[in-house]
Amino acid sequence: MKYDVLIIGAGAIGASIARELSRYLLKVALIDKENDVGNVTSMANSAIIHSGYDPIPRTNKAKFNVLGNKMFDQISDELDVKFERNGSLTVALYDSQLPLLEELAKRSKENGVKVKLLSKEEVLKMEPNISPEVKGALYAPTAGIIDPFNLVVHTVENAVDNGVELFLNEEVINIEYHDELSKVLTKDKIFEAKIVIDAAGLSSDKIARMVDPNIDWKITPRKGQYFVLDHYKVGLVNRVIFPLPSEKGKGILVSKTTSNNYIVGPSSEPVDDINDLSTDTMTLSNIRFQASEMVPSIPFNQTIRAFSGNRATCTRHDFVIERCKGKENFIILGGIESPGLVSSPAIARYVVEEFVKKTLTLKENPSFNPRVKKYLRPKEMDFKERNELIAKNKDYGEMVCFCEQVTLGEVKDVLSRSVPPRSVKAMKKRVRAGFGKCQGGFCQPRILAELAKHYKVSWLDVNYDELDTNILVKNVKEPK
Amino acid sequence: MKERQLVIIGGGSGGMAAAIKAYDEGIKDILILEKDGCLGGILNQCIHNGFGLTEFKEELSGPEYLSRFEDEVKKRGIEFKLHSLVTNITRDKVVTYTNKEEGVVEIKAQAIIMATGCYERNAGAIQIPGDRPKGVITAGTAQKYLNIHGYLVGKRVVILGSGDIGLIMARRMTLEGAKVLCVSEIMPYSNGLQRNISQCLNDFNIPLYLSHSVSKIVGKEKVEKVVISKVDDHFKFIPGTEMEFECDTLLLSIGLIPYISLLENINCPISSTKGAMVYDNMETFIDGIFACGNCLHVHDVVDFVSEEGRNAGHGAALYLKEKEATSSIDVKYDKLLSYVVPQKVRIPVKEDVTLKFRVRREIRNANVIVKSKDQVLSQTFKMVMIPSEMVMIKLNKDKLANLDDELYVEIVEKK
Repeated sequence: MKYDVLIIGAGAIGASIARELSRYLLKVALIDKENDVGNVTSMANSAIIHSGYDPIPRTNKAKFNVLGNKMFDQISDELDVKFERNGSLTVALYDSQLPLLEELAKRSKENGVKVKLLSKEEVLKMEPNISPEVKGALYAPTAGIIDPFNLVVHTVENAVDNGVELFLNEEVINIEYHDELSKVLTKDKIFEAKIVIDAAGLSSDKIARMVDPNIDWKITPRKGQYFVLDHYKVGLVNRVIFPLPSEKGKGILVSKTTSNNYIVGPSSEPVDDINDLSTDTMTLSNIRFQASEMVPSIPFNQTIRAFSGNRATCTRHDFVIERCKGKENFIILGGIESPGLVSSPAIARYVVEEFVKKTLTLKENPSFNPRVKKYLRPKEMDFKERNELIAKNKDYGEMVCFCEQVTLGEVKDVLSRSVPPRSVKAMKKRVRAGFGKCQGGFCQPRILAELAKHYKVSWLDVNYDELDTNILVKNVKEPK
Repeated sequence: MKERQLVIIGGGSGGMAAAIKAYDEGIKDILILEKDGCLGGILNQCIHNGFGLTEFKEELSGPEYLSRFEDEVKKRGIEFKLHSLVTNITRDKVVTYTNKEEGVVEIKAQAIIMATGCYERNAGAIQIPGDRPKGVITAGTAQKYLNIHGYLVGKRVVILGSGDIGLIMARRMTLEGAKVLCVSEIMPYSNGLQRNISQCLNDFNIPLYLSHSVSKIVGKEKVEKVVISKVDDHFKFIPGTEMEFECDTLLLSIGLIPYISLLENINCPISSTKGAMVYDNMETFIDGIFACGNCLHVHDVVDFVSEEGRNAGHGAALYLKEKEATSSIDVKYDKLLSYVVPQKVRIPVKEDVTLKFRVRREIRNANVIVKSKDQVLSQTFKMVMIPSEMVMIKLNKDKLANLDDELYVEIVEKK
């Protein structure tokens, strides 16, 4: 299989690049080792579209964060992804932190980010549930929150609709680099491409070393643990609330999500294994303590889930965005940790303009459509719209997930699209079935049944997530 | 907007009993809204027996028990709609529901009975340390897969929590060929009925570890191992007490929680049961909205749910027939009790009142005393009370005739 460009990794970065390339007449492959797109770091993060007030000026992080942030109104509209520019507050709880706030304000100015220093009174007026101990805050109105699951899914869907080929469950085992046509080997496929892009996130160093064993950086993953709380009684906090950042990152934040939950976290712990997604009691209680210092009334008894994700922190302490030395047609995007999500569309544009365009002659794709087919969300419609929809398609009147009020119509819709869910978890990421307080207790059998029906497989062959994670192990009714 | 006299949300055992009772007391305009495809709720998947000992004086399976109520509902011609999820209610009793045939419908009810049951506490709520692989599943979901659909979720199983569904599933999965390695319970006592410990664990030589909990789940994509440790009096793991079990499934039976998002959304006062606070007629503190069954407080046996459903049906019928303003008194209790239902009693009392409660720990040889203003209204001797068994104290209406100050329930242990 020969391609102009092959992208390794279908997370936020790989997805954005694929979509950006689909604007041109190119043969593009997007491959990922997982059973779904956006299934690693892009799915387990704070889901924040950062303003860019915090990265050190003139770094890649600062540059792409600020550029990326500006692109999200258009992207969320074109890709029909929930996004709210609700602003962020970075709060000082001690007098000794006030100079740091001013320093951050200066940094914001250098980065070109609009911010405002707020007094204690102004903070409490904006966010009455912040601790009365607060001394002041830095307000960044351009920060926002996004649905990170559908951001990646819809980006890839749009790319595929515009001609990109997606391959899942393809783990790269070796790369044979050649200036004209490189070979990328997976367990049972050989992909050939003129340009190979490493967007492998936590594995970006491993992939890069397949081409250049002497790269001068490596990934040192850092785990972040989180709490997710059930649907809120409106108004605990309306903006993203950060503590002051430190070397370890932006600190433990408290935020609402686009699905009307609250998220609290992350911790920041070095881990040896990129697949270590465990949670532990001590870290979680520490998160609880620190978050409660900022927002004392967080209803932790409403916790519906704790999870963790790993950041692709790298030893260069900045995003690696470059051609491989001496192997110009291998492009490395490494160490893309926070603010990677917000930076992804800007990085994608840069990669196309600075690298791909200089190697290949690009012709615009005349049939490129920047929009995904509109997603119908009955829950957000008024009665009249909803009844018209149900009159046309009865499936939108049948609820399959009671907690999140997801209809059969929505389930069937995502199965009919170009990046359909292949597992129960992939379905959950798209339509939110199983995200509510019962965590799938009621709806999982129904979702499993719909997946089995769609793919015409036995119930025993429906996976929870990766291949070989079947939920059911034995049919006790059928005779052997 | 269409109007109905009585809308019952949930067609399980509480909802059906409420409907039958209200109908028999003269309320003919009733609508039951059920989210699933059949009446009976969770009883549909409870194929074991032990249901109906109080109600019918015989041992029935869940489906047998529910069909007796279903027959009564149908005999009366009480209207019910299936696959109809109520998505919203308002304080002035506008009910919104959705189904395939009618779309989204709003109806104005004169009274509502909430009989929405409960959901299972799951891994998310308790943050079990370790990995989060596939293979951690609630006992009720595993029961549905097995009893409704015919599939086993695992072959080597550790069960966390000694709730009844977990115990029932220990036996059920064993009978279907799975190996159940142990049941671990964080409390020093079991949370299940004694008969289930004996019939589901002891009869199959499945060990029950009290004061033990899961200290680690191991397995990146699938459960590979579960580590169980002893806990101290503050529920902290005691190092050095770890026991490892190689398994593919961790079944959770760690409690049931009233499923009352609809009531939470209208700021209905909630009690420590996580269900609504109610008066003795099962009316919540929102006018004309009643609640019964597991969405009020989780019951040990379905027979008591049916009885409570009837109380709610009776309460709603009276409410619809003779709306009259009354005052009420609070029901308070001492710290040996974890809750008492109802939380308030309307005065003047016209009917017998049943107080239902649970104790916080095992209590032997004690008197349950119900007082008002230092006057003892009832004294009941109990040989043993345990947290997993609901206690019911019936108060005769004649004794309550002159009640005008709060009721107080206390437990006096005999030395």
